[in-house]
Amino acid sequence: MEMPIPNPAVLARKARVVDRLLSVLPKDAVIHEEAETRAYECDALTAYKCPPMLAVLPSTTQEVSDVLRICHEEGVPVVPRGSGTSLAGGALPTADCAILGVARMNDVLDTDYENRIIRVQSGRTNLSVTGAVEEEDFFYAPDPSSQLACAIAGNIAMNSGGAHCLKYGVTTNNLLGVTMVMMDGTVVEIGGAHLDAGGLDLLGVICGSEGQLGVVTEATLRILRKPEGARPVLIAFDDNEVAGHCVSDIIKSGILPVAIEFMDTLCIKACENFAHAGYPDCNALLIVEVEGSEAEIDSQLAKIIEIAKRHNPVELRESQSAEESAKIWLGRKSAFGAMGQMNDYMCLDGTIPVSALPLVLRRINELSEQYGLPVGNVFHAGDGNMHPLILFDANMPGDLELCEEFGAEILKLCVDVGGCLTGEHGVGVEKRDLMLHQYTAEDLEAQMAIKDVFDPVWLLNPAKVFPLSVSQDRRVAQVAAQ
Amino acid sequence: MSDMRPETETELAEIVAGLAAPVRIVGGGTRGVPGPETALHVSGLQGIELYEPGALTLVAKAGTSVSEIETALAAEGQRLAFEPMDHRGLLGTTGEQTIGGVVAANVSGPRRVQAGACRDFLLGVRYVDGTGQVIKNGGRVMKNVTGYDLVKLMAGSWGTLGVLSEVSFKVLPQPEVTETLMVAVPDVTQAVQAMSAALSSPFEVSGAAYDPAEGHVMLRIEGFTESVQYRAAQMIHVVAGFGVVTRIGAAEAMWAGVRDVAAFHGVEGDVWRISVKPTDAPEVAEALQADGLVFDWGGGLIWARVPAGTDLRSRVGSLRGHATLVRADQATRDVQPMFHPEPAPLAAITQGLRTRFDPRGLFNPGLMG
Repeated sequence: MEMPIPNPAVLARKARVVDRLLSVLPKDAVIHEEAETRAYECDALTAYKCPPMLAVLPSTTQEVSDVLRICHEEGVPVVPRGSGTSLAGGALPTADCAILGVARMNDVLDTDYENRIIRVQSGRTNLSVTGAVEEEDFFYAPDPSSQLACAIAGNIAMNSGGAHCLKYGVTTNNLLGVTMVMMDGTVVEIGGAHLDAGGLDLLGVICGSEGQLGVVTEATLRILRKPEGARPVLIAFDDNEVAGHCVSDIIKSGILPVAIEFMDTLCIKACENFAHAGYPDCNALLIVEVEGSEAEIDSQLAKIIEIAKRHNPVELRESQSAEESAKIWLGRKSAFGAMGQMNDYMCLDGTIPVSALPLVLRRINELSEQYGLPVGNVFHAGDGNMHPLILFDANMPGDLELCEEFGAEILKLCVDVGGCLTGEHGVGVEKRDLMLHQYTAEDLEAQMAIKDVFDPVWLLNPAKVFPLSVSQDRRVAQVAAQ
Repeated sequence: MSDMRPETETELAEIVAGLAAPVRIVGGGTRGVPGPETALHVSGLQGIELYEPGALTLVAKAGTSVSEIETALAAEGQRLAFEPMDHRGLLGTTGEQTIGGVVAANVSGPRRVQAGACRDFLLGVRYVDGTGQVIKNGGRVMKNVTGYDLVKLMAGSWGTLGVLSEVSFKVLPQPEVTETLMVAVPDVTQAVQAMSAALSSPFEVSGAAYDPAEGHVMLRIEGFTESVQYRAAQMIHVVAGFGVVTRIGAAEAMWAGVRDVAAFHGVEGDVWRISVKPTDAPEVAEALQADGLVFDWGGGLIWARVPAGTDLRSRVGSLRGHATLVRADQATRDVQPMFHPEPAPLAAITQGLRTRFDPRGLFNPGLMG
């Protein structure tokens, strides 16, 4: 992975930068010893590592503002970090950067059931947002598999999704307002408790901007009343493509399940060993979940089962208890971890039109044989968000490169059938160099123009999202200005 | 210079590249957007490019009429779930609404509270920027975080950042049945409480509006027949404490009336649209001293009718939300900007974006700050 050459002028200023940061932050919030900065050398894309020059852990919006102002004045690139669970290397440091971690900012600021909103500091974890409102039977809908650990800050940066966003939407559909600090330290309020933007939809462009436009310190999120109940059904097929057709037919029928998840043989076995959910032994498994009262669930599942039967499933099984449902979901949400016990893996998240599922699954299998690397498929089938997991051995010379080449082929295929490189994980460094397969240089220029407005000196997370060749002039101008 | 009417994206791009003076961008001309005399009409960019009912996606050129799209969707039992508002009755305009205009204005109806706004259903855009360059962003899949989300930025930018040439949407199935409950409630405070109770229940309300003239809260429930029957019955228990509840069926015309603010059609006065936190609505509504009011989105959207020339924003002082001037004569427009003034740092960002997207200041100058 090519990263920009660290700026020697910045590295030479390290002692002064540390002193200045210590003047605005408590001692334990500035991490600059080499042994300690190593803790921030990577995120969940562990194939790439680089310890940052330093890391800071501010506790308030004011402290974030002070840090950014100092880094701005000193020309230090800043890589914002939520919980470091990015699978795309969104929080991968450069050697001359300051990691700005928001983990200490995790308070609930306001819970407002009447208006169905919660205001939190951005370092709060996704699951603990729901945890804060569960008592009143409310929940925060976006549910990335890493929800136990991942921070709202990172969810906003990557516009994270999850299994249940087929019905409830992704982060951007559930975000109403933010407090954000710009690179020069200016604090701005965007949106609020009302439902629509006044003026341009800046909130819409900030969400998913991968920490390149500003550092979000507080967020107002929509919370929803929990449904009366939910129940998954397992539909097992002996063929991937048939499962794909079944997904399309369910969607066309007018039923909108909260989730339609897909797993193939390799993933089913790995997840079963991990969660003992009693998954059927089959080649392709769908987990379809519906919500409502008992009677509503019964009638929706009856419709789904009727559709499924037309495709000759090898097994059809409704969950019989809350405990069984929990196991079924534990297995699915542990898929990455379970696969990780088998070998190193690379997880992709290209999205395709649902109608292209059978074709893309067939092609991935062909490529898997061609490259000699096994692939497990586990994904959000209802919205076409694939998650091929390519297994490789990081200790085997050349295996990572082969895996990356294979992964790139799959992602290009996703784009070619009308989809995109990433549905919910973000571009980060991982998909950065594939951006020109989806967008023209002019399309990317339009996106970079937005960064020019928010962060004219290109100090925020500068080596991500855009191919280095495309962003080079802007980054070079920044370094030259030092 | 006379009006321009390109029929293809290429023609549109050539025209923009050759523009020498600012233009007013017009889809169907139904939304009363003020601007320069010379118009750039987009309604010549016609046609549904792709419609896959099984993938819930539709792609259309920006000038395609909303009625053509709704007809095509209805044939497959689907719809645009965000219920785009039709401004014609309120503004006294004529013409065909275009899908590009719907996106440019990000118009969303009562279902906004449950399903989301236009911007939430918009999957992709193609547009021509101020230099005549064709730009695409997003695509036609439901989850897409590849690069920055210019799709949302373009939605509701009222033509100030670029001229839309193509848009793609997520569409949804039409419900099997719709039921509306009418609750007799005497004042705004109790109305907002009743709507909050309904929206905070697990029974999935897809519309929550209040007409103070009639003293009625309206609640809409949609879905499969058995489910709607069950939820309507449960909902009656939830709101029974607020007043007498009547079931009035689908009430499609009434919901269209809420969506299009029928209460103010043909009635004199300026019309403002105010977006607030629902529980702020009673206090804000009182401060408005309006001649007429309609509440949608559980109280979060207030439509106010006031005498021509009223400086409504000064009446609400430090409003936590924003007020948009939707209907007014030219004399009022000369002194009242259509959009709420932004704090300095946000105004600077808006200006910066406009300068980048439209460096020559050609598109709808004067609108949106």
